Amino acid sequence: MSDARFGLDRKITLTEPLALDGGGVLAPVEIAYESYGALNADASNAILLCHALTGDQYVASTHPLTGKPGWWTRMVGPGKPIDTDRYCVICPNVVGSCMGSSGPESLAPDGQPYAMRFPVITIRDMVRAQAMLLDHLGIDRLYAVVGGSMGGMQVLTWAATYPARVDAALVIASTARHSAQNIAFHEVGRQAIMADPNWRGGDYYADGQAPDSGLAVARMAAHITYLSEHGLTEKFGRRLQDRKAKTFGFDADFQVESYLRHQGLSFTGRFDANSYLYITRAMDYFDLAEDHGGHLANAFRGSATRFCLISFDTDWLYPTSESRNIVHALNASGAPVSFVELSAPFGHDSFLLDVPELDRVVDGFLKAGGQ
Amino acid sequence: MSGLRADLAIIAREVAKGARVLDVGCGDGALMAALRDQKQVDARGMEIDRDNVAACVARGLSVIQGNADTDLADYPDLAFDYAVLSQTLQTTMRPDLVVEQLLRIGARAFVSFPNFAQWRTRIALMFGGMMPVTKQLPARWYDTPNIHHVTIDDFRDFIAQRGIRIEGQWFLRGDRLIGERGANLLAEHAVFLLAR
Repeated sequence: MSDARFGLDRKITLTEPLALDGGGVLAPVEIAYESYGALNADASNAILLCHALTGDQYVASTHPLTGKPGWWTRMVGPGKPIDTDRYCVICPNVVGSCMGSSGPESLAPDGQPYAMRFPVITIRDMVRAQAMLLDHLGIDRLYAVVGGSMGGMQVLTWAATYPARVDAALVIASTARHSAQNIAFHEVGRQAIMADPNWRGGDYYADGQAPDSGLAVARMAAHITYLSEHGLTEKFGRRLQDRKAKTFGFDADFQVESYLRHQGLSFTGRFDANSYLYITRAMDYFDLAEDHGGHLANAFRGSATRFCLISFDTDWLYPTSESRNIVHALNASGAPVSFVELSAPFGHDSFLLDVPELDRVVDGFLKAGGQ
Repeated sequence: MSGLRADLAIIAREVAKGARVLDVGCGDGALMAALRDQKQVDARGMEIDRDNVAACVARGLSVIQGNADTDLADYPDLAFDYAVLSQTLQTTMRPDLVVEQLLRIGARAFVSFPNFAQWRTRIALMFGGMMPVTKQLPARWYDTPNIHHVTIDDFRDFIAQRGIRIEGQWFLRGDRLIGERGANLLAEHAVFLLAR
């Protein structure tokens, strides 16, 4: 017997309005999601997977816009570390995004796209909406919540907001707060979007003339922060792109320029500029300690959740010190916590790429829950 | 507690059931796993080597990558019933401060270390005239992780000066327990249970 609530490409409208950290409510709220693997009889094998800034619910299925495989197929699937033969994996698209969940592109009650009328949302708002989705799916407790980067912020927020619903929390390449440097890079991206003449205060949906140039520049700047200097040097060095000599012009002479332009351009084909503004804002506002009297340990006081944090030695976006800061707080609160800094050459993006040690740690940490 | 290294087997035997234990320098987690499986201990670990940490997490243990010299300060006072430092004391930058930290974090501390005054080591130094390379201490002077060699008598002296109480002591020759008498000459390893 199949349950229409589970499977690929699902979408629901939440029955309750979503109360927002910024005040006010959002209603109606649509949540797009996918699930992989079967929920067991007592609903005790559910893993919530939280995606990153420009990620989506297409974790291990073909992306509808790019036609590419899902973003974590190497981690999620039958026999993989997040084993869909064993666990029921649910990945919702975050509120504010543009892949089916309510966001600035969605239609407001007046039948027009929200655009900048969409309320500013927070990571906790995203998490509250996910909790409502799980209520709808009949999942009270999560075997684990897993996420990298912004996904990790959601995992931490889950553990702090709904400790009784989270048995295990796996936080990869993430942070408990956005640093000045993190905010600064995001602001460059937002300014690039808003400086694009096509942005027009966010009202660009009617004629299809989106601020693609601005969004591409935002993506280019951000993409640099996802890679390591060593990785860039290794991959491109100072090599020229399809030419023997410099052109003494402003074409993409260097391979690295060509690569970034491609990254920027292809991003505009799958992402909405306003969503980029809203989600980066949510990340910048994230400071879990601030929500708990300035003490991060208070966020986890009395928590029975098992935690595992993983950082990468070449990640300068959310460096190991950020993970250690969380580990320190978890130690102070007495929560069971594991932490390891893995060595990988790919910078922040390491969590998405081929790091066998990561697979081993994820697999072991999840299995230790006994499912 | 079969299969455990002899000093770890002693510690595993002595730890009370259901206790909270921090194993500093927990290696591949052998002691933690034994304590968890056989004594329902809530065991946490700290380990400097990332491959070891990964191995521990993969076997379901709660272990953080950290350095005994710098990262013990992160734990609150008396967070554990026991802090364990097995064969790690002599590798730390400041063994004195590490022992103080152990007794701040744990109500009691197990400390085990290789005894540099064991007769083979003495003979090697006396007659060889060079830093001893023995079965028990196989590394050479320049690549040894053991940067603070210590003898049983040194350790006793150190403990006495700090007003720390010895609640238990065990001495090993190979895997065999030997008596306290002449231990500084005969024992290859020592295990102490300390308290304030």
